[in-house]
Amino acid sequence: MMRTWQSARRLLPLIAVFGMVLAGCGREDLSVLRPQGPAAESSLGLMKLAISIMIVVLLIVFSIAAYVMIRFRRKPGQNGIPEQTHGSFKLEVLWTVIPLILVIVLAVPTVRTVFALGDNHSGDKNAIKVKVTGHQYWWEFEYPDYGIKTAQDLIIPAGKDIAFELTTNDVLHSFWVPSLSGKIDTNPTGATNRFSFSAPKEGVFRGKCAELCGPSHGFMEFKVKAVSNDEFNQWIEAQKAPAVLPEDPALAKTFKEQCLKCHAVGDQGLSVGPNLTGIGSRESVAGILLNDDTRQDGAPVEENLKTWLHDTQGVKPGNLMPDPKQDMGLSDDEIDRIAEYLAGYKLN
Amino acid sequence: MDWIMTVDHKKIAILYLWAGGLFFGIGGIEALLIRWQLIKPMNDFVDAQTFNELITMHGTTMIFLGVMPIIFALMNAVIPLQIGARDVAFPFLNALGFWTFLFGGLLLNLSWMMGGAPDAGWTSYTPLSGTAYSGTHGVDFYTIGLQIAGLGTLIGGINFLATIITMRAPGMSFMRMPMFAWTTFITSAIILFAFPAITVGLVLLTFDRILGANFFVPGGGGSPVLWQHIFWIFGHPEVYILILPAFGIISEVIPTFARKRLFGYSSMVFATILIAFLGFMVWAHHMFTTGLGPVANALFAVSTMLIAVPTGIKIFNWLFTLWGGSVRFATPNLFASGFIPTFTMGGVTGVMLASAPADFQFHDTYFVVAHFHYVIVGGLVMGLFAGLHYWWPKMFGRMLSETLGKWTFWTFITGFHLTFFVQHFLGLMGMQRRVFTYLPNQHFDLLNLVSTIGAGLMGAGMLLFLANVWITSRKPMDAGGDPWEDGRTLEWSIPSPPPEYNFKQTPLVRGLDAFWKEKMAGNKGMTPAEPIGSIHMPSATPLPFIMSVGIFIAGLGFMFSRDQFVSGFVSFLFNNYIVTALGLLITFGAMLVRSLYDDHGWHIEPEELEGR
Repeated sequence: MMRTWQSARRLLPLIAVFGMVLAGCGREDLSVLRPQGPAAESSLGLMKLAISIMIVVLLIVFSIAAYVMIRFRRKPGQNGIPEQTHGSFKLEVLWTVIPLILVIVLAVPTVRTVFALGDNHSGDKNAIKVKVTGHQYWWEFEYPDYGIKTAQDLIIPAGKDIAFELTTNDVLHSFWVPSLSGKIDTNPTGATNRFSFSAPKEGVFRGKCAELCGPSHGFMEFKVKAVSNDEFNQWIEAQKAPAVLPEDPALAKTFKEQCLKCHAVGDQGLSVGPNLTGIGSRESVAGILLNDDTRQDGAPVEENLKTWLHDTQGVKPGNLMPDPKQDMGLSDDEIDRIAEYLAGYKLN
Repeated sequence: MDWIMTVDHKKIAILYLWAGGLFFGIGGIEALLIRWQLIKPMNDFVDAQTFNELITMHGTTMIFLGVMPIIFALMNAVIPLQIGARDVAFPFLNALGFWTFLFGGLLLNLSWMMGGAPDAGWTSYTPLSGTAYSGTHGVDFYTIGLQIAGLGTLIGGINFLATIITMRAPGMSFMRMPMFAWTTFITSAIILFAFPAITVGLVLLTFDRILGANFFVPGGGGSPVLWQHIFWIFGHPEVYILILPAFGIISEVIPTFARKRLFGYSSMVFATILIAFLGFMVWAHHMFTTGLGPVANALFAVSTMLIAVPTGIKIFNWLFTLWGGSVRFATPNLFASGFIPTFTMGGVTGVMLASAPADFQFHDTYFVVAHFHYVIVGGLVMGLFAGLHYWWPKMFGRMLSETLGKWTFWTFITGFHLTFFVQHFLGLMGMQRRVFTYLPNQHFDLLNLVSTIGAGLMGAGMLLFLANVWITSRKPMDAGGDPWEDGRTLEWSIPSPPPEYNFKQTPLVRGLDAFWKEKMAGNKGMTPAEPIGSIHMPSATPLPFIMSVGIFIAGLGFMFSRDQFVSGFVSFLFNNYIVTALGLLITFGAMLVRSLYDDHGWHIEPEELEGR
């Protein structure tokens, strides 16, 4: 009994470490270690291969190190001079050749995967084309085949290849959905990047900007929403529908004059700022205020819109939107009613 | 005054050590502030802008102003002694190199007090580092400060090349040179080829920012990707500028404390050369996600992986130096032995990063942060600690406390692994780097807390080291010439600290590990290669200091040449480049004095040598 307890105690640290590694897998919609699509799976495959090789290397180095440090420790009173060996040709060849073999084992699948992932589907008729444009600090998604634009929520049909074309409107950003695919930078036009991924399962996946792009770099998040084919088509149709403006004509006028100088809804307005069509049905406001009142860290969309409109710099420091109250002269009441209107602007 | 005018390599080494230590401290405080900000989600300890300034200055300071000068301190303290020389080849230039580094570093850090530090990351990727998106003078401080500091590095590198090529004692062929001298030599060669790239890059970026050029501005036809190439053609070799000297230190410390010669000396030399060569071939592995295309990505992936081979040779050679030895774990060897597994962990994640499709996921995440801190802190800083504890008695004549040294080691290495090991997982779980905060409920909270606690422990380790230095400085100078008793190379054959002429008579080198060879043959010291004679010494001079002050003023003047000041007169001085011209006048004036006034130096006569 005592012995069992002791051996269990010895195992505790191991269990603790193991537990931490498992917990360390992270969220399904975010973690590289829990891939939800083929691109992320092939990256993880390589990672697994590399880490297996590396753990073997580490085990060898650690055991030799531990052995020599314990075995050849100078004991008290030991004053002799050990044999002065020069080296060993055989051994040195051995530890040149073995790493070389390990490198080749890793290099072959690496090169194969580089070319496999390098395939772009821009000529593929079945692929959905999406033009991604990075802005400080939001994402614009344009579907050229359908003539629509949206922001922050990238809606894609599950199972289909998405062919991306990426650029930036200002500084460099990097488009990254960890659980679906590796990242790719957005360079200015002239160095437009192309790549593709697909999401076999329906769901919402968290995306991030991975290239330092200014103060709110850490807040430049977005969501990828994989939906069924039917839902996708419905969404496309709804996006194309004419704009729904506030019912109150006075508010509609303010909205048109103030907000639509930069933003667009439906067929109206400009696309300097994020497109607002159907913002009420999005996953988040400003990419980081989650529209989910069932969660502790979320809030209803209307509340999030109010938080955002009353303190844009507080939510996302350094963003380029003028302050509705200070810069545009809107009253608190107007702001709240615009938030209410936008929250009610849902697509389905 | 003595310190401002000195041209003695041993004193310049101490200057480098203090200045490097100062900047290392600043960089360390910046690191602790960064970790404190990230201790919990949505923390508001510092704002986003300040955070970006902190990360930029932490990276820049640590690499250019923290570890490099400490490397230079050890090189200056040790290299002439190890090769049996009385000084470096160009003592005047050596002093100039130090002062330009110091004033470049001061200029960079002045940015904290003069309206905003650089905020575009230590890599300063354009267009973020352009005036359109970084409106303060921060990035100007970066370009001009680093330019001035870089001058010092380049001067130092050339000086060591000349010293090692021309001033080795009789009998010391290249293949009898100590490993630290070898790595210094190779490092200097890398500096010679890599620094011109960053020099050009910084000039172009300065022109973009101050003179309105368009090298990297997309709207004007410039290319941001060009900056990435220029930066990394310098930036990757820079990694080897940092780590090779650490390899050299480890290769000195381990044989001494194992009482065995270095295993596979010649393969170590060739591995070093190979690493340096490959170091120039792999820069684009920092750019796998830039979109260079599969062919470039594949080539750079494979060439990067190849570096694992020579590095592996080194690791196993060190382990087999210990094998069969009589190993004593004094503090320097504790750090050296801790270096081997820690650095190996940094090395293997390097190979993982080299696999381009996997790097699409690793890139710009905390996995990368973990990787390069394992290499630079777990490798280089541990190496520097080993070297400092090892050569401290030689530099200052006093042994550091062993007890405190061991406490330093255990605190530091525990804190280090606690800080950075968990960051691998943070990266894989989706945490990008350079974020000033993160949303809750992403499974980032606990690991970030652990990491911050570790950082505190590392800070405590640093304080223990400082305490050790302070306590030691109050003890008498009683370290003997060969305080570790098993010194193998020439520096241990002379008193500690060495007299200003180093060697009364240049020693005759009869093999690898020259001093050990004589000791084994039963000799008390080295056999001299020359009779006792008059020793020529260079004169002390304030000119290097004055030249650097001039460049510093010119840099400030140029930086503010477009600004309007409250005082019209001050604006007049800056806007017409009068301040710039004045600074350059000081520098060129000092150069003119140096050219016209022929200083023959002075001599230490044999009677004086014998008298001591």
